[in-house]
This record gives sequence, C-alpha cells and structure tokens, in this order.
Amino acid sequence: MWATRWLAKPAVFAACLLPALRLTAGAFGVLGVSLGADPVAALLHGCGRWTLNFLMVTLCMTPLRDLTGSVWWLRFRRMFGLFAFFYALLHLSVYLFLDQKGARTVWLEIAKRPYITLGMLALLMLVPLAATSTARLMRRLGRRWTRLHRLVYVVAILGVCHFWWQVKSDVRLPLWYAAGLAALLGFRLWRQRKALLRFSAARIAGPDAA
Amino acid sequence: MKYRASHRSRLAASDITPPDRYLSRRALLGAGLGVGLAQAAGGFSSPAFAQSGGAAGASGAVLAFSHNARYSTTEAANSYQDISTYNNYYEFGTEKDDPAIESRSLRTSPWNVTIGGEAEVTGTFALDDILKPHPLEERIYRLRCVEAWSMVIPWVGFPLGDLLKRFRPTSKAKFIEFETLYDPRQMPGQHRNVLDWPYTEGLRIDEAMHPLTILAVGLYGRAIPNQNGAPLRLVVPWKYGFKGIKAIVGIKFLERAPRTTWALSAPGEYGFFANVNPQVDHPRWSQATERQIGSGLFAARRPTLPFNGYAAEVASLYAGMDLRKYF
Repeated sequence: MWATRWLAKPAVFAACLLPALRLTAGAFGVLGVSLGADPVAALLHGCGRWTLNFLMVTLCMTPLRDLTGSVWWLRFRRMFGLFAFFYALLHLSVYLFLDQKGARTVWLEIAKRPYITLGMLALLMLVPLAATSTARLMRRLGRRWTRLHRLVYVVAILGVCHFWWQVKSDVRLPLWYAAGLAALLGFRLWRQRKALLRFSAARIAGPDAA
Repeated sequence: MKYRASHRSRLAASDITPPDRYLSRRALLGAGLGVGLAQAAGGFSSPAFAQSGGAAGASGAVLAFSHNARYSTTEAANSYQDISTYNNYYEFGTEKDDPAIESRSLRTSPWNVTIGGEAEVTGTFALDDILKPHPLEERIYRLRCVEAWSMVIPWVGFPLGDLLKRFRPTSKAKFIEFETLYDPRQMPGQHRNVLDWPYTEGLRIDEAMHPLTILAVGLYGRAIPNQNGAPLRLVVPWKYGFKGIKAIVGIKFLERAPRTTWALSAPGEYGFFANVNPQVDHPRWSQATERQIGSGLFAARRPTLPFNGYAAEVASLYAGMDLRKYF
C-alpha cells in the first residue's frame, strides 16, 4: 500500500497538474507553449474541457472497481474529483476575470444565458462535494455522504449540456462526452438493476435455496 | 471619414494597441511621406507593417496596389500570424487553427467564377479575366466576428460594385448571391454536414454596390492565403465576419433574397443582414462588447460599435428598418 501512497498518488497528482501548467505557460508564452491568437478563449475552453475530463475520469473509478474486482481504483477517486473542481474554478476565474474582465454585469449575463446558468449551477453543486471530501466527514456522514455525492451525476450531465449548448454547429466533441457519460451512468443503472434482481430472486427463493 | 472620428472619440489608440505596435506606428507617422510616395509608385511597400513585424510570415505573391486612406482605419492591424492562424472556415475544419493546415489542399489556379442570373452578361470566366480591369487597393478594415471577437485586417482588393457593373445587372437584380467552391477532396471539412454545403451568402444590391464592400485578393500586400479565402473573398466590414464568403466560384443576380448558410443552419441566431449591432444580442451571448485579438490577456473588452464603426457610411441603407427584426 505504501507504493500507492508514496509513488502512484504523487505521480498521478503531478500528471493532473500538467494541463494547468501547460495552459499557464501558454498564457505567458513561456516554455515554448503558445495558445494561439486568442489566448483567453484557449484558456477558457481548455479549463472547461479539463473539468469535463476529470469528471469523466472520476466517474470511471467505480466501474473499474466492479470490472477488475479491485478497490485500488477508489483510492484515486477523491483526487480526480477535486481536480475536476479545481479546473472548474479555473474555468470560472478565466471567464470572470480574463473574458468578462470583472464586469459588474457579469452576474446578469450568467442568469440570462441558459448555457452559462447551467455551467454555474454545476459548479455550485461541486462545492458541497469538495467540502465534504475529507475522510473524517465521509465517515461522519455515512450513508448521507453517499447520497450527497450522487450529485456528481447531475453535475456531469449539466456539464455536458453546458458544453453542447455553446457549440455553433459542430457537435462532434460534446457528442463524445455525452456518449461517454451515458455509458458510465448506464453501467451504474445496469449494475443496480442486476443487484436488485439478485436480491429479489434470493427473497423469492427463500433462505433454504441459498 | 466620420466613422473614424466617432470611434476615436471613444477610444485612444493606446488603449487597444500593444505598446510595441504603438511605438512602431509613431515611427510610421514620421515616415508618412515616404509611404505615400512609395504607394503612389504602385509597388508593395508597407513600412507600417514591416516595422511592426506584423507582416512577418506573409509569403504569397507580391501585389501591386495603392493604399486607400479614405476607407482605412488608422488602428494598428493584427499581425499576419494572427490573421492567418485564427480562422473560421468550416470547409477546412471547425477549429480556429484547422484552416491554416487543412487549406493546403486547395488549388486556387486555375479558378473560374460563374456569373449568372439577372444580368445582361453572364457566363463562366477565368479569375484573371474577372480581376484584370480592377486596380487593387489596400483597405485596412475592422472585422467583427459574430463570436464577439475582432481584428483589424489590411486587405487588398477592389470594390465589388465595380465588378458587378461590368455584367450590367437588369432592373430585376435586387440581391446578389455568392457561392463557395464545393469539392470535398480539396475542402475536407465538406465531408461532414456541419453546414449545408456549398456555403452561400448574399447581399442586397445596394449593400453590394456600397463603396466599402470589396472583393479581397490580398492580405498584407501579398496574395491572400488559402485559409483567408483565396483566391477571391468578400469583405463587408460593417457586417459580422460570416458574411465574408471565401473561395467564391459563383456570383448570381437575383430578384429575391437568397437563402444563406448560417441563417439556414440556425435561423434564430444568424440573420440575412447580420449587421454588427451591439443592441441586438446573439441569443446565446452578448454582442455589446468584443475581445480584440492580439490585445493580450489583460486588455479590456472594447464596446462594439453600431455597424462596426461604419455607421456614418452605411446606416442610411437601413433607414426605417427594424434592426431587431432584420438582424
């Protein structure tokens, strides 16, 4: 287990920071990274995309546990979830301060444009999840923690809608995210149904049949 | 000239121009007489851009042209690098950096343009014959994209009206329709139906005849790069950029307004007129301000001007029209 704690986790952590480092280097035009003619848009879209990527990766951990029969994957779930939150905050900051330049009317704009409203809603929902991500709170909240953290499904759906809605006409990329998300959520439904069927079958057959 | 005064009053050049360019423009002012003389001679010489480094990378054939100061903004132009790598040109992909790479497969010579519809002279003409009678001018225009970003671009071209008159439009000619090449082998983006190909655009005849409306064949004094619309593209500076149809192969005189590509794709979001208008938002975003490409991460957004700052010249074309309805 020390290998996970002292090698795998730090390595994954560093890897999760790479996109932020690349974007930062590009923003300042250092280390040979360029964000092209419109760095603000590149930062905005880059942070948004990485938020979605990390949400997807987070949602992969439980299916990976089920498919491999190893709980090792779950040790990374919190880190990925927090990185999704981290990139979402960067995305919002770029929007507020670099794109909108801190305009006072920005809140009106967020309320007025449905796709921005959705994105904002998704980000707000991530706040309680990030705030209750410590092991202590997880233990203390028990089943309520599990129920609360199902919000991540809603966040991911809103996130993909937010992405889809702002595209002008080429929906290929948001379609991939939607398909991936459908697969991840579908897997959970299928598994739940199977568990339910097993449970009722056991009940009908009675204890002797087992 | 009035529009220049109006946008100057709102905005000092130093607000929007990176310091390096700003300084080099002061050098240009000093050299102004030289520029005028060189351009009067008809050859390509643009110390303005050479000194700012803005033209660096331009590699097309050198064009002969004169500078049209009357219709040019005095704002500093974006760099050739920015103009040629940040393009909306879905025939070559939907990402901004796709066209610069994918448009290499486009062959712009030989090139024919078919003129049709309500005109006395119609037919298919070689591009050379289309261009031959028209002296080229440089026009430094502002470009405002419907996506709420903007650039300043030194086009080389000629007034569209001068071309249209050669074909003697009849009294029925009320609109002009333009069509882009359709050839998925050369334009790989056309393999996918992100838009209804071929790209089609249109203007009302008075818009088409307006002296600000040009057909561009050059950029930064050289032949226009493929990703910017080679060999022939439309530039209508008071309208959103998507009206500026590229790689034109067809021009048609029509009695009724043609259907245009983006208006077909999303009728609630893109209109036939598409005049730049800070008062009328795109349903999904505000058009009140714009991000100036090349201004850096921390530069303020600029308020968008009615008709992109060309109101003094063109607002009268739309007198009495409800611009909210005809967006």
